[in-house]
Amino acid sequence: MFLKDYIKDVYGAVSSLLKGMRMTGYYFTHHKEIITEQYPDNRETLKIADRFRGEVVLLHDENNEHACTGCSACEIACPNGTIKIINKFDISPEGKKKKAIDTFVYHLELCTMCNLCIEACPTDAIKMAQTFEHSVYDRSKLTKKLNNEGSKLREGIE
Amino acid sequence: MIEEIGRTTEGDLIINIGPQHPATHGVLHLVITLNGETIKKVEPHLGYIHRSIEKMCESLSYRQFIYVTSRMDYLSSHINNHACALCVEKGLQIEPPQRAQYIRVIMDELTRIASHELWWGAMAMDLGAFTPFFHAFRERETITDIMEKTCGARLTMNYMVPGGVMAELHPGFQRDVERFIQLYKSKFEEYSELVTGNVIFQNRMKSVGVLSKEDAISYGCSGPVGRASGVSCDIRKLYPYDIYNKVEFDEITETEGDSYARYVVRLKEIQQSIRIIEQLLGNIPEGDFQAKTKAVLKLPKGEFYQRVETARGELGVYIVSEGGTTPYRIKFRSPGFSNLSALEHMVKGLKIGDLIAAMGSLDLVIPDIDR
Repeated sequence: MFLKDYIKDVYGAVSSLLKGMRMTGYYFTHHKEIITEQYPDNRETLKIADRFRGEVVLLHDENNEHACTGCSACEIACPNGTIKIINKFDISPEGKKKKAIDTFVYHLELCTMCNLCIEACPTDAIKMAQTFEHSVYDRSKLTKKLNNEGSKLREGIE
Repeated sequence: MIEEIGRTTEGDLIINIGPQHPATHGVLHLVITLNGETIKKVEPHLGYIHRSIEKMCESLSYRQFIYVTSRMDYLSSHINNHACALCVEKGLQIEPPQRAQYIRVIMDELTRIASHELWWGAMAMDLGAFTPFFHAFRERETITDIMEKTCGARLTMNYMVPGGVMAELHPGFQRDVERFIQLYKSKFEEYSELVTGNVIFQNRMKSVGVLSKEDAISYGCSGPVGRASGVSCDIRKLYPYDIYNKVEFDEITETEGDSYARYVVRLKEIQQSIRIIEQLLGNIPEGDFQAKTKAVLKLPKGEFYQRVETARGELGVYIVSEGGTTPYRIKFRSPGFSNLSALEHMVKGLKIGDLIAAMGSLDLVIPDIDR
């Protein structure tokens, strides 16, 4: 009786192990089932989702104009103090003072990609870009100025 | 406490497992008192990843504090965000639109599946099997891709906002989820072939780390750990939130209370989650995905509490408001903390190898315990 149980146990153990090994062998011989991506080599064919949150960018059109009025809604919405907007006052030809952004400072090292600034923006001036390779050797390179040199507010946006 | 490094006064050996140990899944530090190889005492030391999330939330507005909670239990970040959003909605007395509620529940269940998948792979790896980890990640990858397309992030989504969800679903969402369900159903057999039916695995799991029903209640265990001991503690059934009262699913309970029961509960829960998703996926109503809320949220003076079922158990969010734009005090009741406290009771008198099996079956996420 004891011997019978013993042999039964051994048989059960061996058969369950072979079952698992069969599975491993199946994947070893079927290369079509491989799903690993060869990352640095497949940069050209890599598909990143449209909504992927990589970093905040300020959108500029072909005339080097953006839609940021300098209202600081994104700065208030940000939980980490990632965004700092420094305003200046332009003087129009009629002699009126007009608020405009001087520098849109963005600290990538503080950003958690929570999307709250994009939600808060009333003029859709900023958006999330799909870049993700952010490593640099110097931390100061992560502090970015988002508005281009010489860019100005697009006509008709208040 | 330790009186002398290395030995107790009785001559028992004291060793540290962690904080840097692959079997503790993070920075958990266990001080174990051993007599030979038999465990006499297990003392968890916490605080290695304490980021004072509760205190941080006090300086953030009701819109901002939700994103921080993704960093507590990072494997069920959607569900954490959901709990916070529900609690703020309770204070504001607003009801999210039907469409938002459907989307929220589908996302919650997808997160639960992803979390259990990862646990399954990690559990097998704790017990020495390396291959199942890749099988688990294959299916989980499909879910993270779905999350990436709709929410924009793979792990810390921040998709739930007070009053609904942040963005409309991705156009191909339904097709993607259907494809995932199809893939999962075709691969489910592999799970039992590789791990569940394996005799080594069964011998190491069965009647190891037994937790009786009474102990599970007195330690406050919830989630799959409580249900494996026969405690009916599914918040989705007991205190339904959003549209959980409209969907049909079974609460999985086992009576053995050992590591194998906890394993079985989680695998069956994945199938119940798929059942919930299948019921909801085709019937998402049209309409807004977000209720109209003010730009600055102010909760009335008072206390608000909301509990949800995360992948690990009961998560409670308690907000005390003084009427301002930021909470006066926030407290999170995290499931991992209570589940970990039962560990010493479970493994007393067992061998060290059994400690790993028991600890793996608790599904500990250390940032959730420390917060």
